[in-house]
Amino acid sequence: MRRKLLPYLLLMPTYVIIVLFIYLPAYDSFYSSFFKVSVFGNRRIFVGIQNYLSLFTDKDYLASVRFTLIYTLSTVVISIFLSFFIALLLDQKVPGSRIYRTLVFAPYAVSHAVAGALWGFLLNPVVGHVNYLTRIFFGIQTQWLTTRPFAAYSLIFASIWKTLPFNIIFYLAALQGISSEVIEASIIDGTNSWTRVWKIIFPLVSPITFYLVIMSIISSTFQSFAIIDVMTKGGPGGYTTNMIYKLFMDGFRFQKTGLAAAENVILFFVMIIITVFYFVYGQKRVHYQ
Amino acid sequence: MKRSTRKTIKMIVVEILLILTSLLIFAPILLAIFMSIQPPEFVFAYPPKFLPKGFFVKNYFDAFKIVPFARMALNSFVIAAFITLGKLITGSLSGYAYANFSFKGSKLTFYILFATLFIPAEIVLIVPLFKIVSRIGWTNTYWAMTIPFMASATNTFLMQQHFKTIPKEFEDAARIDGATSMQYFVKVILPLSRSIIAGAAIINFTYAWNMYLWPLIVAMEDRMKTVQVAINMIINAESSNNWGIIMAGTVIALAPTLILFFVLQDLFVKSLVGSGIKG
Repeated sequence: MRRKLLPYLLLMPTYVIIVLFIYLPAYDSFYSSFFKVSVFGNRRIFVGIQNYLSLFTDKDYLASVRFTLIYTLSTVVISIFLSFFIALLLDQKVPGSRIYRTLVFAPYAVSHAVAGALWGFLLNPVVGHVNYLTRIFFGIQTQWLTTRPFAAYSLIFASIWKTLPFNIIFYLAALQGISSEVIEASIIDGTNSWTRVWKIIFPLVSPITFYLVIMSIISSTFQSFAIIDVMTKGGPGGYTTNMIYKLFMDGFRFQKTGLAAAENVILFFVMIIITVFYFVYGQKRVHYQ
Repeated sequence: MKRSTRKTIKMIVVEILLILTSLLIFAPILLAIFMSIQPPEFVFAYPPKFLPKGFFVKNYFDAFKIVPFARMALNSFVIAAFITLGKLITGSLSGYAYANFSFKGSKLTFYILFATLFIPAEIVLIVPLFKIVSRIGWTNTYWAMTIPFMASATNTFLMQQHFKTIPKEFEDAARIDGATSMQYFVKVILPLSRSIIAGAAIINFTYAWNMYLWPLIVAMEDRMKTVQVAINMIINAESSNNWGIIMAGTVIALAPTLILFFVLQDLFVKSLVGSGIKG
């Protein structure tokens, strides 16, 4: 009898937390998104899909959706390709490769807030080293964090820097898993290095690419909050406000509860779509790894 | 050209590219460390300097004056340690259930858990999570910053996958010796899983230490805030923009996890790849 009960007891702590702090809030945000809090905050009024309608007619919200797409797309695409190439380099057997790895992996260990502070400093128009170098080499000297479109570039840059190591670590592991016979066979076939990389190696690591694209989308859509908050605060004039930053402002600065709940539901749905997409197309890797 | 010469040239090119890449990627961290130990006239020098001269500790003392940094570092540490411990306990218990028992509902509950794999609730569900936590009366407490994150699908799967590799014969032998299921778990399974537990611990710790949005909204009082939030407080407080002080604060926030990473790089990489834990 005890042995029959034991597995449920073992699962209890995990499920209490998952249900209370993921499933319950998910349900609650869905439910509250159909209500509006009265002016005095003492009553909840059912408003149907009004919150969603006002969201989708709100110019600021649509702008935040647009910026989220641009920001995520640029970060993910650049980060994936760049990390693949750096992983190819790190995979070569050259002296000192261990030190290079340590240095390249380092940003993985620091937080998004730290990434924001570091790049906020480097891009600072007065003391920043990047601003100095871009002036010397390209003749560009600008207020990186407070003007369009440079504020967006700065964030994307910091975000790529932060997500690179994670992707490189996975690509490097995948490259090391490719048998040297495959590579040698292609050398005997006479394919040049460039074709070899694109036609043979890149397709071989495609399951990893798929996984990394998913992870990078999640990271640059959601974890980017800290980078934005430290570097631009969503400015200038809301230009770099993405969906999670807008949600934070509406929910915790302006106290627009109903609106924030609706925004949260939409973000949560984005998350669900990503998850479902991953399990439908990427399940094999999860199971057989 | 001879094959060996071509090979040497290729190696030199790779070497140079690697030096440039690793320096560029590491430069921001290095410059932050340099600037944090330099006086304002050095930090504000034009053209900007790249290599430090001497050692100027005052920035660190100033950072501690602007915000209660010692207390905040303690908060960060307590929070990260308890989240790590909690995740290891819940993860190993539920991992044990899935790896060693067949029971009714195992498949269904597994999927319920699996569905949450990628969800960082502290961000994706921030509004309703805050509502629940404040209704319990947990704002400005360690409870709010630890309990909701003490379980995760990733930890369960990581443990389950490892526990499955432990031979069934061990369990049979333990049973013959009269050991209960829990004794077998504590005395055999856990010791055999030391490295997977250590790997999960450092990744969980890093994730928890680096949380930002949740502590930002749930800790309104300064004495409950964390070092990650402190960085932005210093930036906003330093109206004169003394970046030496800001970088001192940043270095304090990044040092623990960076040192942990430098010391345990192989374990980090191995467990990260083995689990696919969200970073």
